[in-house]
Amino acid sequence: MLTFSEAMTKFEPTLGLEVHVELNTKSKMFCGCATEFGAAPNTQTCPVCLGLPGSLPVVNKRAIESTILIGLALNCEIAPFSRFARKNYFYPDMPKNFQTSQYDEPICKNGFLDVQIETDEGPKKFRIEIERVHMEEDTGKSSHVGGATGRIHGAEYSLLDYNRAGIPLIEIVTKMITGTGKYAPQVARAYVTELRDIVKSLQVSDVRMEQGSLRCDANVSLAPISSGKLGTRSETKNVNSLRSIERAVQSEIERHANLLSKGERVVQETRHFLEDSGLTRPGRSKEQAEDYRYFPEPDLVPVAPTKELIESLRKKLPEKPSERRKRLQQEWNVPDKEMTAMVNADLLDTVAQTIEAGAEKTLARSWWMGEISRIANEKNVVPTQLIAINDVVELINLISTGELTDKLARQVLAGVIDGEGNPKSVMEKRGLKVVSDDSALMQAIAAAIAAQPETAEKVRAGNIPASGALIGAVMKSTGGQANAARVRELLLKHLGQQP
Amino acid sequence: MAGISREEVANLARLARIQMSDEELDHLSGEMQVILSAVAKVQEVANSDVPPTSHPIPITNVTREDVVTKSLTVEQALSGAPKKSEDRFQVPQILGEE
Repeated sequence: MLTFSEAMTKFEPTLGLEVHVELNTKSKMFCGCATEFGAAPNTQTCPVCLGLPGSLPVVNKRAIESTILIGLALNCEIAPFSRFARKNYFYPDMPKNFQTSQYDEPICKNGFLDVQIETDEGPKKFRIEIERVHMEEDTGKSSHVGGATGRIHGAEYSLLDYNRAGIPLIEIVTKMITGTGKYAPQVARAYVTELRDIVKSLQVSDVRMEQGSLRCDANVSLAPISSGKLGTRSETKNVNSLRSIERAVQSEIERHANLLSKGERVVQETRHFLEDSGLTRPGRSKEQAEDYRYFPEPDLVPVAPTKELIESLRKKLPEKPSERRKRLQQEWNVPDKEMTAMVNADLLDTVAQTIEAGAEKTLARSWWMGEISRIANEKNVVPTQLIAINDVVELINLISTGELTDKLARQVLAGVIDGEGNPKSVMEKRGLKVVSDDSALMQAIAAAIAAQPETAEKVRAGNIPASGALIGAVMKSTGGQANAARVRELLLKHLGQQP
Repeated sequence: MAGISREEVANLARLARIQMSDEELDHLSGEMQVILSAVAKVQEVANSDVPPTSHPIPITNVTREDVVTKSLTVEQALSGAPKKSEDRFQVPQILGEE
């Protein structure tokens, strides 16, 4: 068995990535049916999306604008004239027996997206060329009943829910990605991550991979290094997390390399990624080569975006996520490593929103990345599911004003997470409050001095560091509810020292 | 001269999952040949200055606003289904065993 690094000494990979993004329009691509996720089966259908005879589709204006926005954000040319086409195939996930898509006249083409990854030689930029961005419609959802595996093969029959059929779907196709060498898995992941962030910033899709509103198919082929040839590709589907993209590409590279080094051939086929093992298995076998018999859709008129429309959409483009990251990093003055950690934890937006809502910068970062992430990890949820941003802002502000110490804040956080209310009410209910009453503190200080007279003598004689033991005793006797800095100040003053 | 072979007609039938007898294939190949010949005549007059058309009326950008309209009820949606189960359309086995 060749390992990945052994494989990379013999072969070089070529990638091609197809990403499908479900738009977040309220209604479907060609009809007014709702697009709500998780609705009861077949409650969001009509004669158009069921393909009933005589029904006529009309394009959703917002879907076109959203697609142009994606195209512009990916540095694409926007076609002045573009048409829909029928992709004909016999499969029950589309009741019409064809999917309305775009073929030789996509609305956006020839773009690029730059991604950066960490390499052995430091950060390196890769330019991913975009072949096209086109509009189509999503398919219905099928479930296969009977048979041993619950899979399509051997099933007795299948059940179809057409709620999803006709939801606007955007396909973004890269050109061949070469020259990545052993970094192919990371480049693939970085590309989809960056693409997801861009689409998210445009607010045209929820881009939730776990709900299928962003899906990636990865084409992988291998050729001997410097052969100038292109190997046979496989296409891996069902890759539904960023981490899985990296794993799927790596696993396919390993599989191809082992076949090729044994003198066997790679079969051109569709494969499915298996989340548990990180491996792929062959998908549905094709009886013959795909033949979709595309032809222009006669029921829809061409889309011809005007220059004015394109320019007005261009003006709406938000700051690029990569540029925003750079700007925030400067504003917050954080090192690369911490920034990368926040991005990887998917907490950058959350931290930014917390700071925008008035929380102190360093505390916002350390609470989300520290205690909140730790508890989220324990409970196996994402941090933002644990606590609302405004509760975190409130908590941090209580720390900033000195009403809570770090230690007390942890207890308050635990209370908020346990559903006891917002930070202020948890403070009240649990009686967690910094003792800011100087006379109460002085009583505790006097008690500490009485218990440790020798230590107090040392401090009186000018040994300031010795005061630590007394401060510790006060913090202990007040149950951590005192402000340590204030205790120190009062104590030193009491013992005749300059705080 | 455009033409269509018996094999091409058989392939189209297979793609559309339409079962055809040998006699039907013979018959259809002939009929489709006649249709294609008629279309070929049109192509003779269509010079390169006549763009291919997919719609009889030269209009563009007919769109609708992104507004939700009423859908069918699940009963209405399934009313024409030959078979249904669990509020879904039931279809025969899609693929056989691997």
